[in-house]
Amino acid sequence: MSDSTNTIETFANQEYKWGFVTDIEADAIPRGLNEDVIRLISAKKQEPDWLLDWRLKAYRHWLTLTEPTWANVHYPKIDYQDIIYYSSPKAKKDRPKSLDEVDPELLRTYEKLGIPLKEQELLAGVAVDAVFDSVSVATTFKAKLKDLGIIFGSFSEAVREHPDLVRQYLGSVVPASDNFFAALNSAVFSDGSFCYVPKGVRCPMELSTYFRINAKDTGQFERTLIVADEDAYVSYLEGCTAPMRDTNQLHAAVVELVALDNARIKYSTVQNWYPGDKDGKGGIYNFVTKRGACRGVNSKISWTQVETGSAITWKYPSCLLIGDHSVGEFYSVALTNHWQQADTGAKMIHIGKNTTSTIVSKGISAGHGQNTYRGGVKMLKSATGARNYSQCDSLLLGDQCGAHTFPYLEVKNTSSQVEHEASTSKIGEDQIFYCRQRGISTEDAVSMIVHGFCKEVFRELPMEFAVEAQKLLGVSLEGSVG
Amino acid sequence: MTAPMSIQSPTPNSMPLLQISNLHATVADREILKGISLSVNPGEVHAIMGPNGSGKSTLAQVLAGRELYKVTSGEVLYDGKDLLAMSPEDRAREGVFLAFQYPVEIPGVSNLYFLKAALNTIRKHRGLEEYDAMDFLELVREKMQLMEIDQALLNRPVNAGFSGGEKKRNEIFQMAVLEPRLAILDETDSGLDIDALRAVAGGVNALRAPHRSMIVVTHYQRLLNYIVPDFVHVLSQGRIVKSGGKELALELEASGYAGLGIEDEDEVARV
Repeated sequence: MSDSTNTIETFANQEYKWGFVTDIEADAIPRGLNEDVIRLISAKKQEPDWLLDWRLKAYRHWLTLTEPTWANVHYPKIDYQDIIYYSSPKAKKDRPKSLDEVDPELLRTYEKLGIPLKEQELLAGVAVDAVFDSVSVATTFKAKLKDLGIIFGSFSEAVREHPDLVRQYLGSVVPASDNFFAALNSAVFSDGSFCYVPKGVRCPMELSTYFRINAKDTGQFERTLIVADEDAYVSYLEGCTAPMRDTNQLHAAVVELVALDNARIKYSTVQNWYPGDKDGKGGIYNFVTKRGACRGVNSKISWTQVETGSAITWKYPSCLLIGDHSVGEFYSVALTNHWQQADTGAKMIHIGKNTTSTIVSKGISAGHGQNTYRGGVKMLKSATGARNYSQCDSLLLGDQCGAHTFPYLEVKNTSSQVEHEASTSKIGEDQIFYCRQRGISTEDAVSMIVHGFCKEVFRELPMEFAVEAQKLLGVSLEGSVG
Repeated sequence: MTAPMSIQSPTPNSMPLLQISNLHATVADREILKGISLSVNPGEVHAIMGPNGSGKSTLAQVLAGRELYKVTSGEVLYDGKDLLAMSPEDRAREGVFLAFQYPVEIPGVSNLYFLKAALNTIRKHRGLEEYDAMDFLELVREKMQLMEIDQALLNRPVNAGFSGGEKKRNEIFQMAVLEPRLAILDETDSGLDIDALRAVAGGVNALRAPHRSMIVVTHYQRLLNYIVPDFVHVLSQGRIVKSGGKELALELEASGYAGLGIEDEDEVARV
């Protein structure tokens, strides 16, 4: 038996492939956080006064909050005065006006990540708003989208060019005072993506942002805001990578989605932040607040996430189902290997009549990984005829890892239905042997079983992302079962 | 002990497909196999009988390469090659097939998908072209009829929620598709009612061929009414204590293991 346990352990020793550092002169401000730092960030971004006031208000509120400790994750105390809150690749003079003006070193970084912007612009049909540390570097396909009235670009740009829209929706789903990390983000957010799809427009391509943390000891506090007006549709992809560092880096993002009458938003994430090394050193702290408001009747917001990276993940994509007949969905695969910890799940708040929600969560634990599902379903008194279905399954590889499930159900309406199903299974030595006896290698067997386990979630991902996610999962698990 | 060679052998004088010599194996430092020698020629069907704990299942698992068991001495030649030096998957690719006593459930992986992956790795190993979906389905349809297996079973996850009979039938169906040279059936009759037993045995008999050898491990003689062996070996305390033709099974049926002076032993080898 010990032989197979050893193989289970050795299978987990795949190195992080995306850990390279780009040598670019960065324009950073000193470490630490105070009102002057916030003013400096705001000034560097030439923001209007209302936004600076909003940031300062958030900061003052943040000072009154304490870091949450209820999550099932453990890490040394974060020193918020030891973080650099703003870093941008130093521009030669001005912001680049086209891809040709973008620092070639930067573009090479993207190529290593497998998203050559130039090729993408021509071939892939994906409009990428690439966030490199804190400033959006390049946006493709903008012209094409503009013809349709779709606004898609960096958050800073949106603040400059569409201040009214930003002001109308910023903080309307995740208020600056929402929680410790959301308040911090509201105070110091550096950049992110903004998207507005006007009435009746179906966005013809997948919109995508590739986040990447490059500079050392910098926190990345991006902010994403997506608004789908009546009868609009948009599918948004978010991918994240970070270089290898032996210190921990903080990533506290906020994502807000707004869907008006009959609008649909599909938000997909493949999160591959550096998870730390196999002894648990380094890695990203991924403390993220993601929430969507289905404000309109028949609106729909669908979250799909594949989380394979980060040392610690703390995130609960949520849907506020306000409009009658609105629909919320959450499909998740979360993998923890080595010493990774994840406390993740979804919240579905049913407010409108006949609202429905689905939660499908697949947790995979290997090595010493700890995987917690935490989900909240609330049926308010007004949510007549509302329904929820939750399913959360855990898969264990090896005997040193853990899976935990904390579902919270709150039902205040007798006509609503809540269903919760959960299962825990283990990839056993006997399963692997059975596959090998049929000629299938250990690695193929693990990947076959894991893929079978995640099938329901992968089905929800856009095609090219699904392939990527599958590969990523394979790589993250290589070496972990025998 | 000398290998049984008799005029009943369908391909006399050929080189044995499997040659086991003085095989010793332990599990958790306890010796289970204490010197097994056995020779199996192409086309022959050998039954291994014995009470619980005699080492029958251990022998089957050792031949398939289960790492739980440690071979402490002895040699196994398969088609002239050192079987014990091969990984379990290489043994499978070389044509060794084990029909499991307790087939494992693999949720989320469809039976068909699993079987296609298995068949194609084996074909690749043999230098054959991999089957595409169409070729594969054609093959499956043909074998399905042969094995009288239900299509619905094939689309379900591997063994998940299968009845005992369905699992055993599925093992034989896999064997039909993978076409091994050496099939080891580990207590394929256990837990089957008479109809299921008849169906499974029918499938096995349809796969008997001059180039294919079988080792049928069983506690009871009942199975051997349907799968008539060329040779019967009785295992006790990790050794073959008696070998003979098919009539030996009938003899056992009449007198029981006790008639041979064999007591029931603890099945420590069961996994």
